[in-house]
Amino acid sequence: MQSALDTIGRGVGRLYAAAFDLLEWPMLALQRLTGAQRIAWIFLLPNLVIFGTFTFLPIILNFFYATSGSDAILLQDRPYVGLDNFATLLACENYLQPNSCERDIFWRAVHNTAWFVVLQVGFMILFSLVTALILNRDIPFRGFFRSVFFYPVLLSPVVVALIWKWVLQRFGVLNAALEGAGMPTVNWLVDADWAFFWIVFVSIWAHMGFYTLILLAGLQSIPSDVYEAAEMDGASKWRVFSRITMPLLMPTMAVVIVLSLIRAVQAFDEIFVLTGGGPGSATLLILQFIYETGFAYQPRLYGLAAAASMLMAVVLLVLTLVQLRATRSRAEG
Amino acid sequence: MSLAFLTRTRGRGRFDLTDWLTWAYLLLAVFLMFGPILWIALSSFKTEAALQEYPPTFLPLAPVTATVEGFDEPLQLFRIIAGEHQGKVLAQVRRIGLVGKMVDPANPGALIDVNINDRVPERAFALAVENYTSLFERFNFGLYFWNSLFITVVATIITVLFNSMAAFALSKYHFRGRTVVFVLIIATLMIPPTINLIPIYLVVSQLGLVNSPWGVIWPAVATPTGVFLLRQYMLTIPDDLLDAARMDHASEWKVYWRIVLPLSAPALAVLVIFSVMWRWNEFLWPLIVLNRSEEFTLQLALNSFQGELQTAWSNLLAMTILTLLPITLVFAVLQKYITTGIAQSGVK
Repeated sequence: MQSALDTIGRGVGRLYAAAFDLLEWPMLALQRLTGAQRIAWIFLLPNLVIFGTFTFLPIILNFFYATSGSDAILLQDRPYVGLDNFATLLACENYLQPNSCERDIFWRAVHNTAWFVVLQVGFMILFSLVTALILNRDIPFRGFFRSVFFYPVLLSPVVVALIWKWVLQRFGVLNAALEGAGMPTVNWLVDADWAFFWIVFVSIWAHMGFYTLILLAGLQSIPSDVYEAAEMDGASKWRVFSRITMPLLMPTMAVVIVLSLIRAVQAFDEIFVLTGGGPGSATLLILQFIYETGFAYQPRLYGLAAAASMLMAVVLLVLTLVQLRATRSRAEG
Repeated sequence: MSLAFLTRTRGRGRFDLTDWLTWAYLLLAVFLMFGPILWIALSSFKTEAALQEYPPTFLPLAPVTATVEGFDEPLQLFRIIAGEHQGKVLAQVRRIGLVGKMVDPANPGALIDVNINDRVPERAFALAVENYTSLFERFNFGLYFWNSLFITVVATIITVLFNSMAAFALSKYHFRGRTVVFVLIIATLMIPPTINLIPIYLVVSQLGLVNSPWGVIWPAVATPTGVFLLRQYMLTIPDDLLDAARMDHASEWKVYWRIVLPLSAPALAVLVIFSVMWRWNEFLWPLIVLNRSEEFTLQLALNSFQGELQTAWSNLLAMTILTLLPITLVFAVLQKYITTGIAQSGVK
């Protein structure tokens, strides 16, 4: 076994050396050309080309899409329409009532996303905190329990959605268990309110392990002598928690909150597979609206989708700036 | 072995309320987190007929058959629950309307008439492995697996190469514009690809990469997270090491791959794990770029099957299990690195 691993290791090592040796001469020639300092640009080049092509350029192009109409993908074929796309999206008599808006489906998505963000982030942070506090105790099998919470984080969103779809289907195990217990069964994903409950639940299930891990790291970085001092003074458990643990955890907490807010605003994958936005548009979120407007439905309204994504970008930008401040205060604190 | 550790408390020698609550919470969590996964794993070994059953059985069960003397085909066994033959196990020869023509395997000569309401099929634990094997025969599973594997492996290699080269330049050289480049790269952390779906699609389609795995690979490889992670790590490598190599007339390229890369192994490992996870699980972008089923990744195939074949749950469940298996194996082997890597860097 050991020798087999050694052989594989040596093989990989030789392959690595051969691959990089191949580039030795061209890179040396470039180095002669640029000098030993400016060769840094050569090292940067591949990454910058990809960045430029697939990140910077699209950021600029997005403005052109958002201000042009028609279903053509090529920019030269698209007539300039000014802020019409934004006007279409924002035309609304009462923003609290999606029905009164021109694009009622967009506003329904905005409403759903707002509720989703509040509920998903709120409960997920609560459960993550409780779990991190528990895992921070001196319990046996701590590594195992940490993995239990973390494992779903690694699963693909499609797999997560199918796992729950199978549990929640009309003749699924959850309804069978309810019936066995003499309780009424529910068609979980067909009832609008329950479907919304389950998209929140499933996305908490899938992501809370990640935030638990970060909070746990935050808890473990609190020096133990602080606790010892509090114990000496005979402080109660609640007092220790509210006066020591929480304040010292706050910087980590801020990062966790903002990070999960940014993710929740862009939630799409598992919800799209689990409910498809339905029933009706009860679980339709903004990113699904953008995807469907731009790619899934004919005609493809690229301009409208781009305008919607720029509105989403504004929200994300604000959240990210908040995160930067939070991270900075963590670094300083 | 002593089980005393189970009741270990926080030094007060008493299993108090908080200990009870802790364990109740943890056991509930194990049930909620693993229960659904275990359930789908068990279900994936059931036959289509057993999956239609309600309420479902816990374990995969299949009807029992027996070869009876005088009959060529194996006959299905039933337990008789009412009537004169109650308690016996009989084999069914054929069924006519509400009556089953049955024989006693011990006495195969005489046919016995049994009302079909008076009997239940005999069943035993059996794994419907055909759910898995037919994926390869009928559903092109191998192709989807290959597509996913290709994208994951190639994108990860390119990601690690490009990101480490950029990180090397940003951490080991002093040149004009270094800060600007670094800030620009980090700033893109603020603009997730979901904001720019439409222009990225334009670029990809103009490059002729729609319906090509490269249309998924190229937009994803220049990760700001990777550059940041590797740069921070490379800053800790002392410059003296590099200068010593330069004294020995090593080229800058050699300094990079002979000295800096091997010393960055821990950070590279974290990036490899992240990249594999990102690319294997990616959904929205492949959904936009890959429209032909020959190019589908596993995630796309799963998604389209669940839309089309509502009835073929048996194959769908088996495919779900096979899709989560590689990531599960990686996790099982590397879980310590993954959890510490994420806790330290705070990226996903």
